[in-house]
Amino acid sequence: MIETRGLVKTFKDKKRGEIRAVDNVSFVCKPGEIYGLLGANGAGKTTTLRVLATILEPTDGTAIVCGHDVMEEPEKVRANVGFLSTATALYPRLTSQEMVEYFGRLNGLDEATLKKRVDDIFTRLDMNSFRDRRCDKLSTGMKQKTSIARTLVHDPQVMIFDEPTLGLDIMTARTIIDFIRECRQRGKTVIFSTHVMSEVDKLCDVIGIIHSGKLLSEGSLGALRSRYGENDLEEIFVKVVAPLYAGREAN
Amino acid sequence: MNLRNIGIVYRKELREALRDRRTLISSLLVPLLLFPLLTAGIGAAISALLGEAKKEVPAVMILGGEDSPGILAELRGSDKIKVVPTTKNWKDEVINKEIRAAIEIPAGFQDDVVHQKFATLFIHNYEGDMKSALATDNVQKSLEKYRDRIVHDNLAAKNLPETAFKPFEIKEHNVAPPEKVGGAAFGGIIGYMVILLCLTGSMYPAMDLTAGEKERGTMETILSSPIARVDLVFGKFFLVLTTALVTAALSVTSMGVSFAVLGHLHAFDTAGADAAQLQLHIGIYTVLSIFIMVLPVAVLFSAGLMTVSLFAKSYKEAQSYVSPLMIIVIIPAVAAMLPIDLTAKLALVPILNASLLCKELVTGTYHWNFIAIIFFSTCVYAAAALFLAVKMFQREDVLFRS
Repeated sequence: MIETRGLVKTFKDKKRGEIRAVDNVSFVCKPGEIYGLLGANGAGKTTTLRVLATILEPTDGTAIVCGHDVMEEPEKVRANVGFLSTATALYPRLTSQEMVEYFGRLNGLDEATLKKRVDDIFTRLDMNSFRDRRCDKLSTGMKQKTSIARTLVHDPQVMIFDEPTLGLDIMTARTIIDFIRECRQRGKTVIFSTHVMSEVDKLCDVIGIIHSGKLLSEGSLGALRSRYGENDLEEIFVKVVAPLYAGREAN
Repeated sequence: MNLRNIGIVYRKELREALRDRRTLISSLLVPLLLFPLLTAGIGAAISALLGEAKKEVPAVMILGGEDSPGILAELRGSDKIKVVPTTKNWKDEVINKEIRAAIEIPAGFQDDVVHQKFATLFIHNYEGDMKSALATDNVQKSLEKYRDRIVHDNLAAKNLPETAFKPFEIKEHNVAPPEKVGGAAFGGIIGYMVILLCLTGSMYPAMDLTAGEKERGTMETILSSPIARVDLVFGKFFLVLTTALVTAALSVTSMGVSFAVLGHLHAFDTAGADAAQLQLHIGIYTVLSIFIMVLPVAVLFSAGLMTVSLFAKSYKEAQSYVSPLMIIVIIPAVAAMLPIDLTAKLALVPILNASLLCKELVTGTYHWNFIAIIFFSTCVYAAAALFLAVKMFQREDVLFRS
């Protein structure tokens, strides 16, 4: 489970001063559920997810992941999290198998368990044909599968996906979408950020609309539809974000 | 600190480094080939050029001297120079290297010599040009031979012995053993080369493991794993240190072998003392002591380079930060080649101290008080650099600079 309470993350910029990338964000994401964080570029999605993965420290507020506080037990949080984004690249000079084994070892797996897990994942994701190929020689689809295997190797309870389909072709993106669904079926807690409405429509149990670091609205797709009187998610998004957007433009 | 995790990161980084052509070239190939090329290659080239220059019988011109047949006969009779007909534009010919020198004989030179009046001869040459210098040397030898004969005749005419003109002579005698002579000649350059190669060996992996990783997008991947950042820094640091030490070890070994081969070949070439003077004996203890002294320097370089490179967003940017560091390192390393002796104050100056100490170690001199100061002070600098590297890895604004 993921729970954030009044999460704040600020950055200092020489020209713009203090920037509140995440501004008092609170939400709960339960096991067996996909929480979709929907927002435009620069809305604060990546920063929120990086804080949950303990890559960044929150400035204020708390986040509890699998019962561990991100500030107090960051290593325990990471041991329970699988983090996948378009920015999480692979080591070019390692083979696909070496890459997955490296992260298995860093997650504390012993050699016997690691071998069993790696064999299992490589068979399940149909990766055996390129397991000994260096990552810099893999196709985009193979790279994505290796990244998925890397996040799965320690069997984490929480999966964090930061715009995982960004820039991918339809077939590779579909592999990722199927994988996210599978995570839900296996009872994992899944949080997923995107600005692609169709993905949210297809996948998410709960949707959080984020803009300028603030969580503006939250609920299931059905709840959002009835709350805003719109059927189309894009229209709902515009209705939620438009007042804030207009205010910012006026400023 | 978790040693298991440090080991995992180290093994992975080592595996990647061994698969990286650029690391292999900078850490293995360059130190292995540099010294043989420097000693054998450049040495052979210089001796070939010198040999060629010495073989040439230089063309010289005589200006004046029509009333001094004695000296003209002496110069024309020399097989070390070729006297060419005099022209008006002799100066241009010297500058354009058509002739190597011009000898100016003043009017009435022979009369002055006969009447024992002081006379001056001029050799007009091209300063800085090696062939002109060799021609000047040959002309001088011919003229000295002529002068000695005149002195001898004058002394004989007055029934005086040779010692009346030259009551004593001065001879140099070296008391230092050959290894110290060789060490004094080459010690400065050895320290400089070892330190410089230690830096170049660690430079590429330090940039690749920090800025390179940020550029490739693998930094975020590794930061999402449960490894503590301090373990990550140490795993990476030990790999950079390994390459620095391997480069230093290979350069010291390659240098020892190159000088041994050079000394052996030179002993065949030249007989006697000259050969012994040029030999450089680097014993196993000297190699070991150089290696131990280079260890904290390598730690300093590895941690320092990692800290600086981590600031950069890309490998290219890291290169622009690291290149000026080369100059900062080269200046004190080069300074050790100057006639500077190690003092307690200089023993605290990083890099210069190790470089000066290497010079002493090569000559077989062990000042234990300075060795202790240098070792511990460099260890302190190295620890500070390592601490800074760890702190840098904990700064979000550095890791996610955009």
